[in-house]
Amino acid sequence: MFLAPMLIVLGAVALFPLGQTIWFGFTDASLNNIDAARFVGLRNYIEWLDYGNGQGEWLGLLADDRWWRAVRNTVWFAVVSVSFETLFGLIIALVLNAKFPGRAVVRTLVLVPWAIPTVVSAKMWGWMLHDQFGIINDMLIKLGLIATPIAWTASADTAMAAVMMVDIWKTTPFMALLILAGLQMIPDDIYEAARLDGINPVRVFRKVTLPLVMPALLVGVVFRGLDALRVFDIVYVLTPNTDATRTMSVYARENLFDYDKFAYGSAASTLLFLIVALITIGFIYLTRMDLEGKETD
Amino acid sequence: MRIAKIAGFYALVAIILAQALFPFYYAVLTSLESGQAIFDVNYLPKVIDLSNYRAAFEDGVFGRQILNSVFVSTVVVIVSLGFAVTASYALARVPFLGRGKILLLILSVSMFPQIAVLSGLFALIRAMGLFNSLWSLVFSYMIFTLPFTVWVLTTFMRKLPKEIEEAAIMDGAAPLTIIRRVFLPLLWPALVTTGLLAFIHAWNEFLFALTFMSTDTQRTVPVAIALISGASEFEIPWGSIMAASVIVTLPLIALVLVFQRKIISGLTAGAVKG
Repeated sequence: MFLAPMLIVLGAVALFPLGQTIWFGFTDASLNNIDAARFVGLRNYIEWLDYGNGQGEWLGLLADDRWWRAVRNTVWFAVVSVSFETLFGLIIALVLNAKFPGRAVVRTLVLVPWAIPTVVSAKMWGWMLHDQFGIINDMLIKLGLIATPIAWTASADTAMAAVMMVDIWKTTPFMALLILAGLQMIPDDIYEAARLDGINPVRVFRKVTLPLVMPALLVGVVFRGLDALRVFDIVYVLTPNTDATRTMSVYARENLFDYDKFAYGSAASTLLFLIVALITIGFIYLTRMDLEGKETD
Repeated sequence: MRIAKIAGFYALVAIILAQALFPFYYAVLTSLESGQAIFDVNYLPKVIDLSNYRAAFEDGVFGRQILNSVFVSTVVVIVSLGFAVTASYALARVPFLGRGKILLLILSVSMFPQIAVLSGLFALIRAMGLFNSLWSLVFSYMIFTLPFTVWVLTTFMRKLPKEIEEAAIMDGAAPLTIIRRVFLPLLWPALVTTGLLAFIHAWNEFLFALTFMSTDTQRTVPVAIALISGASEFEIPWGSIMAASVIVTLPLIALVLVFQRKIISGLTAGAVKG
C-alpha cells in the first residue's frame, strides 16, 4: 500500500519508456510519425542489402563503423577517466585523512568542482582550453612545455584528452570522499601497532590501508564506471560533432533527434542499455550486495 | 628531513586546492571583463566590469530560465521526498515477500542510462501533451531522484531503533500516524541531505531538459548556457557565458559550503554500506 505510488511512478518513468525504446528499435518509427511505427524485425540492427547482381552489403547498427567507433570511444573514456579519478581520489583522500590545521576547510573546498553543473564545467574548461586565448596554452607556453598553442578541443588528437580532463576534474571529489569515508572506518590502533613495530609506511599502505579501503574504492569505481559509460553532457558541450569523441549516448541522441532516424537511435539506446545492464548485474553478483538488510534486521 | 616532509605535504595540499578552485576563479575573472579585455590572458583581476551581468538579465529570458530551474528542482524534491518517505518506511520496516527484489529493482533503475529511456519517454511525454512543459521535467527527473531518495532513506530508517515505533504501535497508532509523528521528526537530517542532493541533481540535469523543451522561455539554465552562441564560431560571447555560469553555480557552491557535512554523508551513505 505504501509502496504502490512509488512503484507506479517508477514504472511509468523508467520501465515503460524502456520497453518502448526497445520496441521502437524493432520498428520503422520516425520522429514525426511515432504512432504509426510498424514492426520491421532486426532491420535497424543488421540487414543484408542485396544489389540484385550477386553483390550487396551489410547495413544496420551492427555493421555501422561509426557506432563501433562510438563504443570504443566510450569504453576508452570510461577506463582512462575512472582510472585517473581513482588514483587522484586516493591521493586526495589520503591527504584529507591526515590531521592538519585547516583540514575541514580543505575538505569542503575540494567539493567545489563536484558542485559545478557539468555544462558549466564543460564551458569553463572550453574557455580555458581555447586555442588562441586560453589560459592553459598560456601557462604551458610560459613554462616552456609547448612552443605553439594547442587546439585542445578542435584537434582530433587532443579532443578526447580534453573531455577526459574535464570529467576527471569534476568527479575526482566524489571518488575522494568515498575513499575517505572508507579510510575513516579503519581503526587507529592498526596504524599504532604498525608504527610500534617499526613497519615502513609504504608497506603499511600496501598491506593494511589498501586492502581495508578496497570495498569503498570498488563501489566508487563501479558508480563512476556506470556514469562514465553513459557520458553525454561534457562531450555534447565541449566537443560537438567530432568523430574523435562521439560516445554511445551522443550517437544515439544524434540519430533520434538530429538525423530523424528515431528507430535507429532507439536501437542504439537499447544496445547501450544492454551493455550497462550486463556490467551492473555482474557487479551485484560479484559483490553479493546485502539487499535484504539481513545483517541489520 | 622532517621539515622537508611537512613542506612537501603542504605543497600537495596547495596543489589540490589550486586545481579545485582555479577554474571557477578564472570563470569569475573572465565574467568581469568585457570587450577586448577578455582576449588578454590575465591571472589577477585588472578591471571589475559588471556589464556581462547586466546584459545577461537585459531581455528577461535568462531570469525566466532561472525561475524555470528553481521551479523544476523544488517541485522534484518535494514530490520525490513525498513518495520516498512512505516507500522507504515499508521497505525498512514492513517485512514482506520480495522486498529484496524491489530494492534490487530500485537500485537497477538508478543505474539506468538516461539515454535508454529517452525515446520512450519522448513518445510518452508527447502523448501526455507535456512536450515543452516544465511538468515533463518534473515527471522525467523522478527516474533518478526517486531511486536515490528511497535508497538513502531506507538505509537511514533501518538504523533507527525499533523500540521507538513499537511503543507507538502498542498505543494503537496507524502506520501513517507513525510515519508522521514518529519517523518524520527523526528523519529530518536524512530528508535535508537527500533533498539537497536531489535538488543539485535536478538543477544540473541536461539531457532531458535539452530534449523535452523546444522554446527559449521554457528552458532550464544548463541548456540555456550550453546554447549561448555568437553570430559565428569566432564570436562566441565568452564573457556572457561565464557570467551566466557564475550566476547558476554560486547558489550550488553556497549550498555545498553550508551543508557540506550533510552532503558528504548523503553521497557516501548509499555507497559505503553496500
